[in-house]
Amino acid sequence: MTFLNHLINGISLGSVFAIIALGYTMVYGIAKMLNFAHGDVIMIGAYVSFCVTSYLNLPVIAAVVISMLVCTVLGIVIERLAYKPLRDASSLAVLITAIGVSYFLQNAALILWGSNPKIFSSVVAGLPTLSLADGRLVISSEAIITILACIIIMIALSLFTAKTKAGKAMRAVSEDKGAARLMGINVNFTISITFAIGSALAAVAGVLLCSAYPTLSPTTGAMPGIKAFTAAVFGGIGSIPGAMLGGILIGIIEIFAKAYISTKISDAIVFAVLIIVLLVKPEGLLGRKVREKV
Amino acid sequence: MKLKKNTKSSFATILLVTAAFIIVTALNSAGALSNLFQGLLVPICAYMIMALSLNLTVGVLGELSLGHAGFMSVGAFTGAVVSMSLTGTVSSSLLRLVIALIAGAVVAGIFGFLIGLPVLRLKGDYLAIVTLAFGEIIRSLITCIYVGVDSRGLHFSLKSAEALGLEAGGRAIIKGPMGAVGLQKISTFTIGFVMVIITLALIFTLVDSRAGRAIMAIRDNRIAAESVGIPITKYKMMTFITSAALAGMAGVLYGLNYSTFTAVKFNYNTSILVLVFVVLGGIGNMRGSVIAAPLLLILPELLRGLNDYRMLIYAVVLIVVMIMTNNATARAAIAKLTDRIAVFFMKRKTTENSATEDTSNG
Amino acid sequence: MDKTKLINVPSDSMIPERDADREPILEARHLGIDFGGLRAVDDFNLTIGRTEIAGLIGPNGAGKTTIFNLLTKVYQPTRGTFLLDGRDTHGMTTSQINRAGIARTFQNIRLFDNLTVEDNVKVAMHNSMKYSMFGGILRLPRYWKEEKKAHEKALELLSIFDMADMADFKASSLPYGAQRRLEIVRALATEPSLLLLDEPAAGMNPSETAELMNNIRKIRDTFGIAIMLIEHDMNLVMGVCEGIAVLNFGKIIAKGTPEEIQSNPAVIEAYLGTDHNEKEDAAQ
Repeated sequence: MTFLNHLINGISLGSVFAIIALGYTMVYGIAKMLNFAHGDVIMIGAYVSFCVTSYLNLPVIAAVVISMLVCTVLGIVIERLAYKPLRDASSLAVLITAIGVSYFLQNAALILWGSNPKIFSSVVAGLPTLSLADGRLVISSEAIITILACIIIMIALSLFTAKTKAGKAMRAVSEDKGAARLMGINVNFTISITFAIGSALAAVAGVLLCSAYPTLSPTTGAMPGIKAFTAAVFGGIGSIPGAMLGGILIGIIEIFAKAYISTKISDAIVFAVLIIVLLVKPEGLLGRKVREKV
Repeated sequence: MKLKKNTKSSFATILLVTAAFIIVTALNSAGALSNLFQGLLVPICAYMIMALSLNLTVGVLGELSLGHAGFMSVGAFTGAVVSMSLTGTVSSSLLRLVIALIAGAVVAGIFGFLIGLPVLRLKGDYLAIVTLAFGEIIRSLITCIYVGVDSRGLHFSLKSAEALGLEAGGRAIIKGPMGAVGLQKISTFTIGFVMVIITLALIFTLVDSRAGRAIMAIRDNRIAAESVGIPITKYKMMTFITSAALAGMAGVLYGLNYSTFTAVKFNYNTSILVLVFVVLGGIGNMRGSVIAAPLLLILPELLRGLNDYRMLIYAVVLIVVMIMTNNATARAAIAKLTDRIAVFFMKRKTTENSATEDTSNG
Repeated sequence: MDKTKLINVPSDSMIPERDADREPILEARHLGIDFGGLRAVDDFNLTIGRTEIAGLIGPNGAGKTTIFNLLTKVYQPTRGTFLLDGRDTHGMTTSQINRAGIARTFQNIRLFDNLTVEDNVKVAMHNSMKYSMFGGILRLPRYWKEEKKAHEKALELLSIFDMADMADFKASSLPYGAQRRLEIVRALATEPSLLLLDEPAAGMNPSETAELMNNIRKIRDTFGIAIMLIEHDMNLVMGVCEGIAVLNFGKIIAKGTPEEIQSNPAVIEAYLGTDHNEKEDAAQ
């Protein structure tokens, strides 16, 4: 039963990684850049939600919506100001800029909210905990909500990219920017939309993450961000089901490593998984191989 | 023989560092330096070496390493163990430091090789993220390690300081999460300066040689470099190992400047700090790195009130510099602006001569 | 130019008569590669003589550059192999192939942009310079000797194309034509026995092309090497090549002297299409 408990915790944590990984994967697929600041958008989302509930005393739903709105705007602004001017620059330049943005967000949060961790109250505090098998198998309401949210987001995103005009434009831009432009697709707008969706998802992830692990500080987003990137690479960067699969697997690996090996080196184990995946199957579990043109 | 432009520039950089060293030493012996500034002298040298080492990877090899602090960490802890276990046998602290520096460089170099094996098969963003992962792995593993020394030799454990089973008179050097403890502070500014000069000389001579050209060729166009017969993996590996060894050396210098330090000191933030030095000094520009590192370490100390905003300002400067140097429009705008300024000053000269000229047309 | 007589060799190919008594430099046997389900190149057989200037032509997308990528091991073949100087090249890497004697230029220019023109050439002399990394860092006497030799040789090679005075320029600052020429010099600096030129005349005007034609012959005569070129400029191909292979949809459809190729119906069909094709198009 403890095994099952760990498994469910792993899937729950993995669902958060999956939601973050979706943001990474969509942005990488379209802008071909590693948005290093994505993890810090999560942190901003959680802080906004924290402020709305604690200072404005608004209901949880309002907190989530406001935090999604703020993050959406933030994502678009970051893209326009920092990344758009570098659309034709080397990937090294873009990556360093993204690191700069990440640092900016962390330090802005440090100035705004201080370095002392805030205690985040769970957004699902009122809901009951599911207790099965005479209380030996306990599923927290956070876990249920997180897993549900992840499934809904995943289905919605798949439908969006497959059925809607904007979604099709996204896929076109990720295949070939130049050709998409010639077909009359507004590439800049499509990239903005992608950042907007990714950042809104980051806000959701932030709220869910801090509901399960209730301490909130300016560096809260950094580690989950990197792990979610690991998840995106694991699943195959650019692939939506891949991000989902990768996220859940990374979540399970982390929880199992903590439970059965050592809490101190669980991060090291997750990173070791990333390295092994990149070496054995660089295109990830569900990714596609690309050949360099000579 | 006529000196080449590069050679001249290299000598100028070495002269610059030497002059700075002489001035600072003179000021120090005259008692003109505050305690705070004195305490910064060795770390400044260590970070200069770090910046040069990272610039070798980023600027010359063209690959981004986000785990460079990991190599610094390996060097620092190796240096701590080596120098402390030699206290009984080698009486000269200078000799102990030199041995520690060599040991730190060698062990970090070995780590560079082991990490390079998988990492250098990757490209671009993936390579960067995996170096980051390795940096974090090194950091979390070091917090699990206990090392002690007694008359029977070195003892290792992964459990606790007690598990080392040290006899009376023995002492623990690395105590897991508490880091290295009870060290003798044997790093000196002079040795730091010498190491910076050695690093500079090494990089300059390397770059201006057969191997250096091969490395830069790989950076500029990997496929073309392969097509003219350059063994890509060998040179990537050699550069990475050299860079790691230099970082290890910087770690020894840094660590042995304190009586105690922890692995957290060499986390991701340190890697980024060094990256900031490299980017602001100019990617591939060694002189820029040796100027940027001390400036950016001293500046915040002078502007204490700004300390909260320091990293925020770094972040903004990092973004702005990257956009300014990599965006075609921004570059053209800067060129135009400098032209304008030049024209403005020239015009002012002429208007001073002939006051009737109308400058509003410009 | 004197007409070169081609003679048949066992591998269903021809080489110039003057190279008959020497081992051919290149012998491709059933070379092929698939990209996914697409047979990009199939059953490619070709023999090139020691001092031959060979041409590889064909419509766009026929697989010409893919052949170059196979010959330089940028791609590993799915089927078949090729012999270089009589040696099987199976399993070799790009840099090993270069050391074994094949050098190339690229259709989309690939220079070392941030290095000087001279250093671009010196990079290519990497394997002929004899001093270690250690020797370079410590500036041992050997370093100075080898560097001096390399400097002189680089200038000598650059002067083939009258580029010696550009030695200190940054490669990316050169005009387009000069960049193409620098790629050829760089390839020559690796001392190849087979030089592959991928569209060397692209973007050149007729007088530049004429000069290039002379230079290609000059290179062959001076260095005594074989040259194989991909080119769309038929004046250049027919003027300088001795043996020509025509590729269409990844397969060789004709081989022979320029005269034979010009009058070959299959070649004309590949380039211009036929009534038969037009009828098919109309039917669709």
